[in-house]
Amino acid sequence: MHPAFSVVFFTTATGAGYGLLALLGVLAGQGFVPPDFWFGLVGMGLALGLILAGLLSSAGHLGRPERAWRAFSQWRSSWLSREGVASVATFVPAGLFAVGWVFLGRTDGWMAIAGLLAAIGAVVTVCTTGMIYASLKPIAQWHSRFTLPGYLIFSAMTGSVLLNALLQGFAIGSNTLLAVSVLLTLLGWGWKLATWRYNDRLEIPTTANTATGLAHGTVRSLEWPHTEENYLLKEMGFRIARKHKARLRQITQVLAFALPTLLLIAAFALPWPYAAVLSALAAIVQFAGMLVERWLFFAEAKHTVTLYYGR
Amino acid sequence: MSQVPLRGANSAPSQRPLADTRAPDEGDGVDTSPDVSDSIAKTTCYMCACRCGIDVHIKDGKVRYINGNKDHPVNRGVLCGKGSAGIMQHYSPARLKKPLLRTGPRGSGEFREIEWEEAFSIATERLLKIRRTDPKKLAFFTGRDQSQSLTGWWASQFGTPNFAAHGGFCSVNMAAGGLYTIGGSFWEFGEPDWDNTKYFMLFGVAEDHDSNPIKIGLGKLKARGAKVVSINPCRTGYNAIADDWIGIRPGTDGLFVFALIHELLKAGRVDLDYLLRYTNAHALVIQEPDVADDGLFVRDSDGNPLAWDRVAKVPVSATDTDAKPALTGSFTIDGCRCVPVFQLIADRYLHESYSPDAVAERCGISADTIRRIAAELAHVAFEQAIELPVAWTDWAGRRHETIKGRPVSMHAMRGISAHSNGFHTCRAIHLLQVLLGTVDVPGGFRFKPPYPRSAPPGPKPAGKTVRPMMPLEGMPLGFVCGPDDLLVDDAGTPIRIDKAYSWDAPLAAHGLMHTVIRNAWAGDPYRIDTLMMYMSNVAWNSSMNTVETMAMLTDSDEAGKYKIPFIIYSDAYYSETVPFADLVLPDTTYLERHDCISLLDRPISHADGPGDAIRHPVVEPDRDVRPFQTVLIELGARLGLPGFVDDDGSAKYHGYADYIVNHERTPGIGPLAGWRGKDGNAIGKGEANPDQLQRYIDNGGFWHHDFADDQRYYKMANRSYLAFAENMGFIPKAEPIVFQLYSEPIQRFRLAARGHGRMLPPEAERGRIETYMDPLPFWYAPFEEATVDTQTYPLHALTQRPMHMYHSWGSQNAWLRQITSQNRLFVHNRTAASLGLVDDDWVWIESINGKVKGQIKLIDGVNADTVWTWNAIGKRRGSWGLKDDAAESNRGFLLNHIIGDQTSADANGKRYSNSDPVTGQAAWFDLRVRIVKCAAEEAGFTEPRFERFQQPPRFEPSPDKLSFGAEFRMKREAAE
Amino acid sequence: MTCLPAHTDKKLGLVIDLDTCVGCQACVTACKEWNTGGHMAPLTDIDPYGGNADGVWFNRVHSYEHTTEMGGRTVNFPRSCLHCEQPACVTVCPTGASYKRASDGIVLVDEDKCIGCKLCSWACPYGAREFDTDIGVMKKCTLCVDRIYNDNLAEEDRVPACVAACPTSARHFGDLGDPESAVSRLVVERSGVDLMPELGYRPTNKYLPPRAHTQRAASVPAPALEPVRAEGGFLGWVDRMLSN
Repeated sequence: MHPAFSVVFFTTATGAGYGLLALLGVLAGQGFVPPDFWFGLVGMGLALGLILAGLLSSAGHLGRPERAWRAFSQWRSSWLSREGVASVATFVPAGLFAVGWVFLGRTDGWMAIAGLLAAIGAVVTVCTTGMIYASLKPIAQWHSRFTLPGYLIFSAMTGSVLLNALLQGFAIGSNTLLAVSVLLTLLGWGWKLATWRYNDRLEIPTTANTATGLAHGTVRSLEWPHTEENYLLKEMGFRIARKHKARLRQITQVLAFALPTLLLIAAFALPWPYAAVLSALAAIVQFAGMLVERWLFFAEAKHTVTLYYGR
Repeated sequence: MSQVPLRGANSAPSQRPLADTRAPDEGDGVDTSPDVSDSIAKTTCYMCACRCGIDVHIKDGKVRYINGNKDHPVNRGVLCGKGSAGIMQHYSPARLKKPLLRTGPRGSGEFREIEWEEAFSIATERLLKIRRTDPKKLAFFTGRDQSQSLTGWWASQFGTPNFAAHGGFCSVNMAAGGLYTIGGSFWEFGEPDWDNTKYFMLFGVAEDHDSNPIKIGLGKLKARGAKVVSINPCRTGYNAIADDWIGIRPGTDGLFVFALIHELLKAGRVDLDYLLRYTNAHALVIQEPDVADDGLFVRDSDGNPLAWDRVAKVPVSATDTDAKPALTGSFTIDGCRCVPVFQLIADRYLHESYSPDAVAERCGISADTIRRIAAELAHVAFEQAIELPVAWTDWAGRRHETIKGRPVSMHAMRGISAHSNGFHTCRAIHLLQVLLGTVDVPGGFRFKPPYPRSAPPGPKPAGKTVRPMMPLEGMPLGFVCGPDDLLVDDAGTPIRIDKAYSWDAPLAAHGLMHTVIRNAWAGDPYRIDTLMMYMSNVAWNSSMNTVETMAMLTDSDEAGKYKIPFIIYSDAYYSETVPFADLVLPDTTYLERHDCISLLDRPISHADGPGDAIRHPVVEPDRDVRPFQTVLIELGARLGLPGFVDDDGSAKYHGYADYIVNHERTPGIGPLAGWRGKDGNAIGKGEANPDQLQRYIDNGGFWHHDFADDQRYYKMANRSYLAFAENMGFIPKAEPIVFQLYSEPIQRFRLAARGHGRMLPPEAERGRIETYMDPLPFWYAPFEEATVDTQTYPLHALTQRPMHMYHSWGSQNAWLRQITSQNRLFVHNRTAASLGLVDDDWVWIESINGKVKGQIKLIDGVNADTVWTWNAIGKRRGSWGLKDDAAESNRGFLLNHIIGDQTSADANGKRYSNSDPVTGQAAWFDLRVRIVKCAAEEAGFTEPRFERFQQPPRFEPSPDKLSFGAEFRMKREAAE
Repeated sequence: MTCLPAHTDKKLGLVIDLDTCVGCQACVTACKEWNTGGHMAPLTDIDPYGGNADGVWFNRVHSYEHTTEMGGRTVNFPRSCLHCEQPACVTVCPTGASYKRASDGIVLVDEDKCIGCKLCSWACPYGAREFDTDIGVMKKCTLCVDRIYNDNLAEEDRVPACVAACPTSARHFGDLGDPESAVSRLVVERSGVDLMPELGYRPTNKYLPPRAHTQRAASVPAPALEPVRAEGGFLGWVDRMLSN
């Protein structure tokens, strides 16, 4: 699949944003985080900012963005529509929660409920995003039990690392959260490795034989219906060289998992402001790493239409 | 099931409309009955040479949609990939806009626009001077011309013998091979009996003549479960769906066919009765070496060939229906030894050198396969014979209660004919058909009227005498019956610029267009003044040896004058040839013109009856262009050519439409056969009918006459058919047509080579004439294979047109070029592996003539000694309205660059044109190559590449986007 | 509405005969030509005369080499929308632009509702949908819904453009939901197959596999030829035959 930057950025940014939102909603609502104005402004601003930026970026992917409102109508069948509904619905409690926190200076009471609802909304939205991909049968690498948990884990991971960076930045860091960030990062790493391992060993029953109905033997593409690349090939015929794939997987592991883990562990041992700097660095590096991971998520996904083209 | 009447090819129950075509009440707001068109014009397609009937739907003066005419006998409603893309041809950005006069150097593309009046006066002045001095200094060659009965006649009236269309580089071997053997051939001359055949053999046919009828026929065979066998090095297209694909080595089809004949003879599986009735198998051939009539028929005092009555043991007329002619033996008549033709056939083809084992390796086909095919042919022909319950009467008055048929049919085309041994191979295929008794019988190969004609048909080519201000005594192209008919002077020098009908190419029935540029450039046999051409891309894909051809077109003498002094060219599009013209006459598209598809020309008849058709303007030109035929007629009038002016010197015809209706070639016979006579009731012969074109238009653009049941088969000997043919003017007299298995006209050339007769070949030509003018077909290695080092050039290289571009001008067509804008060289997997090549590699393709670079694609379905590519995809920058980054001119390549236009020098140092020695057919497929992987820095782009052409005045850059059809929808939606 | 109809009154679709298709592209351009002025007009062509020509087409013909232990064959393979019974391209659509008609089962796009998210093209395993970058909406085969019921066409012409044009009669059209229809019978007779049946989309269109190397392939049970046994070999045989 073609790794369009708009979609790569969209899923990465909203994943982190919803992860952060969910954690803030739960933790602040339950009093683990003080209802500080600046912290609320920056934290909720970052969470909602990432979500908004992601959603705007995804709109850039649309052929007719002015009709985007129509996407809320088909929630009964379409995960994309559900994602739209969930993301917008989540803005309501998230907005209330943000207003309560930042302008009213409180995160308890009904604000806490709003926070909890926002957290639920965030989790649901991330689930819908994951399901958009997980439900696509033509793409075996996505249509697997790894996809939905992956989206949730990465959302939680990037969200927690972000939250840790914020807390550390405001010098209210918690070793528990630091530990959770490290553990989630390690979980993410493990999950990604398991996903790759699964995908690399995937035996896909759909072949050029079943695609063409020509049973037995080999089916080899002789001539395409067109000599230049068409929409199908541009959108779904993306191929990544084996060499690049291996390199990018290494980069993903270093940026998204290994470096953040090291930085976060180092943050345990160092005092403020060093811990804060390392935590911020961990978040930034991880976000960059997740962009690479998401790019690979698309680039490594093979759509069945490529079977018709012998790719 | 729907009750609509069954019309057209696709009318099987599974291809028909729904039983109830009322729109269901879906409620989704879809307009299921949008308005389609304001009017439907029925005319004839010109996207290739097939000439299908089309329905052109016009909306708001624009072409909305084109589909096949269900009533049309050629395509019966279907339409090919080109036909449906005709809209993009019509609206091509490469269309010329106005007459052009060259301003820059020839080949640069620098022109200025001129008015038609200026164009006419330039041409008239030039041509008048030629006609007053030496008319043959005008060489008039047309390409994909579908009006040769006009253009040839124009040349004749002008007085130049230098006329031909593209047949010489297309398929003249096929035409001549058939016409000299059975008085007909494949394609326009005949077709398989698709409805009855049980075994169909397809030789050397890619997408080829003729396109839709073959496809419709193959569909019928598949539906009936008839067996399809294809003999072709490439397993594409029609060959892909064959039940049996025989991936023969190029140029060896003749060997394969002779091995089949060998097997059939050996097993006694030939139709002796058929041979006696319809062929010259029993005619006696003189066998007296060194005698002037050796190899000619023994004839009676009336000139009739004689046979030997094996009962009465006396010579009898070969046409004596009461005789019992011998087919074998040796006889002496008046002291002269003679044998029946069949004895010669048996002697030659029963020889071990034509056995399956002897030919298998050269053909690349196992001997077992050859034996199996021979057995299958015999089985179907003799064990599965069919009979139609229709009584008919033969030429001698014998009534037959049924029509008997042997349901084996064959079709062959360019893969056979485009070799230097193609003529004899074509004859071999006809010989095989005739031995099986399957020509013009149910289930066999069937003639399309006006064929069969006598083998060969008349008349002979005109041009023996060329005089100022005098027309030729006949048409420039015809059929020679012996050396006396050649167009050579007393020294043996060719009279024609293309050397057709000379010792180089005695049976050149279609001329040798592919030699004109070289000969005119070299002044061999003489210099010309003006080369006038129509619709042929001779500076690119219609020439061999393109690089040198372009150089010859622009070469100048010491005085700085072009060696080919003046070039007039007519085309509708800015092709690679336009920039080489001095004067450009812009033609219309096929939807803007009148045309006639005439029985006098290259007919579109069906085996069940003759037909012809018209084109008529469906949309008005939006440019200052004129149909070439109308221009030619006006030029004829301005030159005062006989037939083009009335007695007072005024123009006789006002445009082509007027000519089509009112011209009579012989009294009562004009370009169109339908609705003749004042009241339009006559067919074939009759007075001109002023309403004729309207009658055609009313009938869907065509005329077709359907035979009575007893006229449909055995046309060569069918009394009722022959009488009809005589009435129509197809044949001079209702006499049987005897298949010439042994060709006496060809033997006459051989005798000349031995020093007999009035016209003798120059000494140096005698060996060649002796060898190749063999009265019985034989096989020899194609010339290039025989002369190059086959170790150095181990591969055969072929081209074929993709189906969606066959015989067409596809590259400026926005739709067709999306399907193929880069051609690859297809290389067998094994061959590639042995050369260390993988898919997508860039290679040099090298021949003795040069090298060209392209990208390869590996394939299994090809003869392993053969590489091939799609032809004419490579284009030169600046032509056809293509942008500079178009794949056609950056990655596509033209194999023509490395196909030599001449053979290697013979022992006398003479180089002949790269052609069949009998007919002059261009031997495109003789090419031998080697392929070499190119250096890394050379990959990714084709070579050679040529300078970009300048664009003519007012040529806008082609659009970056096409939204064709949006306007129809907007209009519809606005109307709602 | 992107929920699928519980059942459709008809299952209109195509049957494509791979044994007969010669790959001539007639269906391809006939489709393009009709539809570029039809229901989904235009089928935009980007850079039509340049190096990156890329147009919208509803029907494409591939060619393959199919090699089994029985031998090899070149197969021409037309590919277009299969009007599936379980079209995920419809259910993934967030706007209701993609839908399956309850009356005849045709899968259509309502362009006015399409936001151009392209998800439907991801959900289609067959590559049946092509995006019109100029208009910003997804386009696809309509099964010529504007021909098959069109009162402005002669009744005999109310078939999809590809079926009407096909020169080898390799394309068939009808109600595949009716087991008695001519197309259904053809599918049974020729053992027609679904493409990618394992994905569960349940395509309506069927493909008839090539007959080569099957019991159904045309063959001639010809005994091997034996040399004539007459005295004097072949020539002796000729004499004897003529004497009879």
